[in-house]
Amino acid sequence: MRVLLATDTTSNKRQRGIPRRALHICLEIGVPIVLLAAWFISSQRSSNPFFPPLAEILNRFHELWLFDHLHSDVVPSMSNLVLGFAIAVLLGVIGGVLLALMRPIAWLADPLIHFWRAVPPVALVPIFVATLGYGNETRLVSIVVAAVFPTLIATVDGLRSVDSGLRDVGRAYNLTFSERLLVVNLPAASPMIMAGVQISLQSAFVVMIASEMMGTSTGIGAMTLLAQQSYASADMWAGILLLGTIGYAANALFEMARARILSWYFKAQKQGAAS
Amino acid sequence: MSKASIESSSFANIQARFTNRPVRLSVEGLAKSYGSGESRVEVIEDLSFEVHAGEIACIVGPSGVGKTTLLKCLAGLHPLTAGSAAIDGRTIQGPPAEMALVFQDYSRSLMPWLTARQNIRLPLRHLKLGTTEEASRLDEALEVVGLAHAGSKYPWQLSGGMQQRVAIARALAYRPEVLVMDEPFASVDAQTRFELEDLCLQIRQDYDMTIVVVTHDIDEAVYLSDQIVVIGQKPAIVTEILPVSFPEPRSQFSTRALPAFAEARTHVLQLIQQAR
Repeated sequence: MRVLLATDTTSNKRQRGIPRRALHICLEIGVPIVLLAAWFISSQRSSNPFFPPLAEILNRFHELWLFDHLHSDVVPSMSNLVLGFAIAVLLGVIGGVLLALMRPIAWLADPLIHFWRAVPPVALVPIFVATLGYGNETRLVSIVVAAVFPTLIATVDGLRSVDSGLRDVGRAYNLTFSERLLVVNLPAASPMIMAGVQISLQSAFVVMIASEMMGTSTGIGAMTLLAQQSYASADMWAGILLLGTIGYAANALFEMARARILSWYFKAQKQGAAS
Repeated sequence: MSKASIESSSFANIQARFTNRPVRLSVEGLAKSYGSGESRVEVIEDLSFEVHAGEIACIVGPSGVGKTTLLKCLAGLHPLTAGSAAIDGRTIQGPPAEMALVFQDYSRSLMPWLTARQNIRLPLRHLKLGTTEEASRLDEALEVVGLAHAGSKYPWQLSGGMQQRVAIARALAYRPEVLVMDEPFASVDAQTRFELEDLCLQIRQDYDMTIVVVTHDIDEAVYLSDQIVVIGQKPAIVTEILPVSFPEPRSQFSTRALPAFAEARTHVLQLIQQAR
């Protein structure tokens, strides 16, 4: 009886949920379109050199990014972002696990980690330019270093705050070390880890752009800065539009991946809130 | 006070039923304290008791007396300060492979990212049973606790009573010699509690398991037990070990209606009141 009741309420919720979700999607797509339209119309007769008409910006957007500079500038930026982010997440999780396992080392490393975390990621870029020069490695290393800390710290915190009840289950049933790590502790910490990974993604994105604004001439960031310096306002705005789109898309992809990976967590929370 | 009569009548019975069986769990002079120096807190002073194979023993005592501490010591999760605990004569050092645990708080003992079936399978993975044996154990465990249909459900899709059944099924599939439960039915409703108590009796019957239940519910202790270990005082000592015997099989209706049931319950209640 109780089971029937429970499924009844969830199906009711779902029925109310569908239009709400549709509305959400409409707003997500509709609001930017309305804003763009407003921008388009209001800027139509703009003669301000810093705020050219949107029509002109879109035109430049088309000429520059579709697909003239796609290969020369967009692809390198994107591959740096993806590669740097991936390495940072991997290092962050592995490092976090090691630090969480070895308490004494964690005590030693803690102040250092928090010092580096407190430094704004962009401020690290000059260090790497000075030590590694202006090559692509510099950009990649900058992204990795900036993006690794949020994931690392979240992993350590997540593993430390695993519920003692779940730990006891692992110990009482003599689970092996790898089972305890992979089946109990990491999944239990995963909501926290994913929150860190999201911040890592944002840091990686910021540093991807910042690293291209120093000394290099390729990449979306470099193109945008160059456009600004040569008073090509429309080009600059086109670059900003592209960066915004990429950032938005990256975050949306991340949210989708997280919803999949943590589906148990979100559903359990929803269930908890409902009962 | 009819204490003597309970003891004498049931003691004869218990001797017939269990003392000819080997001692499965023995606790001798167990003491446990936390911390050291000034901040040292002595929780358990001296506990000794024995549980024979196939017996159900309930450990009762006022709240805060250290029942859960005792249980964690038995489960090998906490080291003892003094004395010893042994299963089949082997001293418990670290979690024994022959023991399975059912925790009080089911919401903190099942992994929410695993289905009921995967949760039950978790302790079996390292036993390397082979696919058929493992699957048959999982099916059987789910069947016994009445959740054959719910194996693919996640814990948060199940009611509290059903979640505790999953935790019990997990312990069953592990096929322990000793099943230890920490206030297993404390956070489920009264109806479900009766069902789970009967499930517990059923399991003992079907699997000949030795079961140790920590509980603060005196009625539950009397209903389930062959032996009640009453602990009290701070730090804790054994106040009395009370054998319990009723006509078998027990039933929620007839057993609880027996005059001997009321007597045993009154007696235990008095012991606990005194022990405060």
